[in-house]
Amino acid sequence: MAGAKEIRTKIASIKSTQKITRAMEMVAAAKMRKAQDRMQASRPYAEKISQVIGHVALANPEYHHVFMTPRSEVKRIGYVIVSSDRGLCGGLNSNLFRSLVKEIKDLQAEGKELVYCTVGSKSLGFFRRVGGKVLAQVSHLGDAPHIEDLVGTIKVMLDAYTQGEVDEIRLAYNTFVNTMTQQPTVSQLVPLVPGADAAELKHHWDYIYEPDARVILDNLLTTYIEFISYQAVVENGACEQSARMVAMKSATDNAGELINELQLIYNKARQSAITQEISEIVGGAAAIAN
Amino acid sequence: MAMTLHIDIVSAEGHLYTGQGQMVYAPAVMGEIGIAPRHTPLLTRLKPGDVRVDPGNNQPHQHFYVSGGMIEVQPFKVTILADTGIRAADLDEAAAQEAKRRAEDALANRQADMDMAKAQAELAEAVAQLKIISQLRNIR
Repeated sequence: MAGAKEIRTKIASIKSTQKITRAMEMVAAAKMRKAQDRMQASRPYAEKISQVIGHVALANPEYHHVFMTPRSEVKRIGYVIVSSDRGLCGGLNSNLFRSLVKEIKDLQAEGKELVYCTVGSKSLGFFRRVGGKVLAQVSHLGDAPHIEDLVGTIKVMLDAYTQGEVDEIRLAYNTFVNTMTQQPTVSQLVPLVPGADAAELKHHWDYIYEPDARVILDNLLTTYIEFISYQAVVENGACEQSARMVAMKSATDNAGELINELQLIYNKARQSAITQEISEIVGGAAAIAN
Repeated sequence: MAMTLHIDIVSAEGHLYTGQGQMVYAPAVMGEIGIAPRHTPLLTRLKPGDVRVDPGNNQPHQHFYVSGGMIEVQPFKVTILADTGIRAADLDEAAAQEAKRRAEDALANRQADMDMAKAQAELAEAVAQLKIISQLRNIR
């Protein structure tokens, strides 16, 4: 009966782990609902402002904002990477990093320089580990991020673009497809990308700007960049909670299976110990009777 | 068939309206504008006020309150990006009165550290809300 006690302690330890994972699952489920609401509330605005920006990129304005003109030669690319602050959320961050690393390697092979700007402590940790020039970082934005907390970090990148230190800015984050699926996404933030409905707006045209093109465009572009980054953060937040919920659910299920298996082994060990004891007694009694 | 516009109204807090319409009226910074189909492309800022959508077919107008934002006009497409927006019917008159009183108070006894621009903006918003509420009441 030597193994029985060990197995019992092991079962107890797995049970307490299971309790923790179950609690984390429930917390993540509750947070997920809020995070998804937040994401869905701001999604229409983000979609529409991207559409408008897509049109603006196609116009032939009298005033060219720096963000509107693609540079002839792209030497340095800035990445804004949105990740979670905490781990234990399945492959969420590592999937994003894996797809990024692939892209980064290709770009480096082409001789491009890369600089980064990280949102969330996981991406900061990642670039500390693998090396890479991090211009700015922000983390611990909390469950309900505010645009104001983000703006400073994004501005560092935009200033670098305006001063010609980087020639392109891309945004990397996870898009929320549904609770089970999160899609790592990299999109170009600056210079603006013309919209998908380019064909119907091909002719030479421009907006009427009231009161003034410069004011309107500066205003619109700032709002756009801030809002798109904010959307990326809330979207990533919703992804984080759902990924964590799924990861914790499978951890809880695994723990349950493990407990069942161990329980079976424990029962067998106990049974065989009892059988052995009885047969010893019977054997002893038989020897005395003889 | 009469020409129609595709109208989208969204605010940072959610989606407000999507649909076809004959005409849109919006409070642009340079004065109220009315947009019919085939309008030339236009990009301008909005001030606090009432956005009206005429859905055509003698349907009643739809009213929305926006606290400012941008409007983008394409010949057959109007997109309104409101900072905050709400269906006019959901406006709260008591809250608007209260906000107006507060803003007026702040403007009247200006404290040294009071942000004047902010108070003025709040006052403009509250006044715009009250105006829409009284307009709606006249219609009914």
